[in-house]
Order: sequence, then structure tokens, then C-alpha cells
Amino acid sequence: MGKPTQVTNNIRALRFAAGEMTQADLADRVGLTRQTIIAIEQGRYSPSLEVAFRIARVFGVPLERVFAYPEVEP
Amino acid sequence: MPFEEKVTWVNAVVTVLAASWYAWTVGGRLGQLPVTEIAYQRPLLFAVGAMIVLTIAGTIAMAIGTAIRAEVTGEGSVDDIDRKDERDAHIDARGDRVAFYVSSALMVGVLAMAMLEWQHFWIANGVFAAFVAGGLTSSAVKLAAYRRGF
Repeated sequence: MGKPTQVTNNIRALRFAAGEMTQADLADRVGLTRQTIIAIEQGRYSPSLEVAFRIARVFGVPLERVFAYPEVEP
Repeated sequence: MPFEEKVTWVNAVVTVLAASWYAWTVGGRLGQLPVTEIAYQRPLLFAVGAMIVLTIAGTIAMAIGTAIRAEVTGEGSVDDIDRKDERDAHIDARGDRVAFYVSSALMVGVLAMAMLEWQHFWIANGVFAAFVAGGLTSSAVKLAAYRRGF
């Protein structure tokens, strides 16, 4: 349960940069629940590639600006 | 709390209530009568029916309560109260998969009971127990995933 994901994200920073968009607003725009947005932000859930692209599209940035994966696996 | 987590709570509570009522009703007769004379059929069917009806009613009541709360507090919108996303689907699948293993293992035991020609009472109750255990396992796995992360 709760496998730690190595995928990190900048969603929180991007939300604030986008006029302090709320988690609920982002959830509405990508069709997720607010709890899933929270889980993604906290690194407790890795979204599907499709959802990752939808999130990046909301902020108008490339996927790599939203999500990152370590160059070297620990 | 996601809508699907609330639905899982409704399922878990209803299952515990119905199974407890059945165990109290029928289990109390175990020491007093031979199992061949215990009229378990009606209580068993009633318990299964109650699980179905109460789960539907509980889910409807919970949805209405969630909508009212969203309107009153302004947190969330009525439109998204029953939203189900990919994380919910993954958690749902994990819970059902683990529950399938539990129910299947118990059903093997019931199969053995049937082959050894146990009384119908034990076979019927073994099936019911496997059904209840599977349902509770599914709920427990899902709630753990929602609470501890997925």
C-alpha cells in the first residue's frame, strides 16, 4: 500500500503561478477528484500518462515542467 | 473524502450490520437445536436482501447528504460529488482482486464440506461466510488504499 513513487511534480507551484488555482479547480479541469489531485501533489499516486498530459495542458507547459523522474535510479 | 470512499464505508457498515444480525439470530440457536432443525433459510435470505437494499439506500442518502453539504459549505460542487476517476478505478480493482482470492480460498473449503457431505446448514453458511469475508476484505483493502495512499 502507498508505494512511494520516484516521480516528483511541480503541480503546487504551477497552481500558484496560474492565479492561485485551487486543487478543486484543477480537478474539475482534468476530470479528477480533488483527493486524487492531493495524492498526486503529495507523491502518493502516479497518474496515468494521459492524465499527466491533461494536467500539463491545463498549465500550458510541457510534461517535463510538471513531472520529473530521477536521472539515476537509486 | 472521495465519493467512492464513502460508498466503500457504506458497503462495509451495511455488511457488518447484516452479518452481525444474522450471526446473532441464527448463531444463538446453534447450541440449542440440532443444525438440521435450525431454520436458517429465511434469515439468510433476509440478510442478503438487506445488504442489497441498505447499500442502495445508504448510497443514495450519502449522495444527498454530500450534495447538501457541498451547497451549504461551498466546498466542492454538486456536479462532481459522484465523480469517479482512474485512481478510484485502480483502488476498486485492487480491492476486488484481493477479495476474489479470499472468497475463492474459502469457497474451496466449502467445496470440501460439500464433498464430505456436511449438513446443508454448514454449506449454506460457509458460502455466506465466504461472501461476507470477501466483501469485508474488499472494503478493508480499498479503505486502506484511500487512507494510506495508492
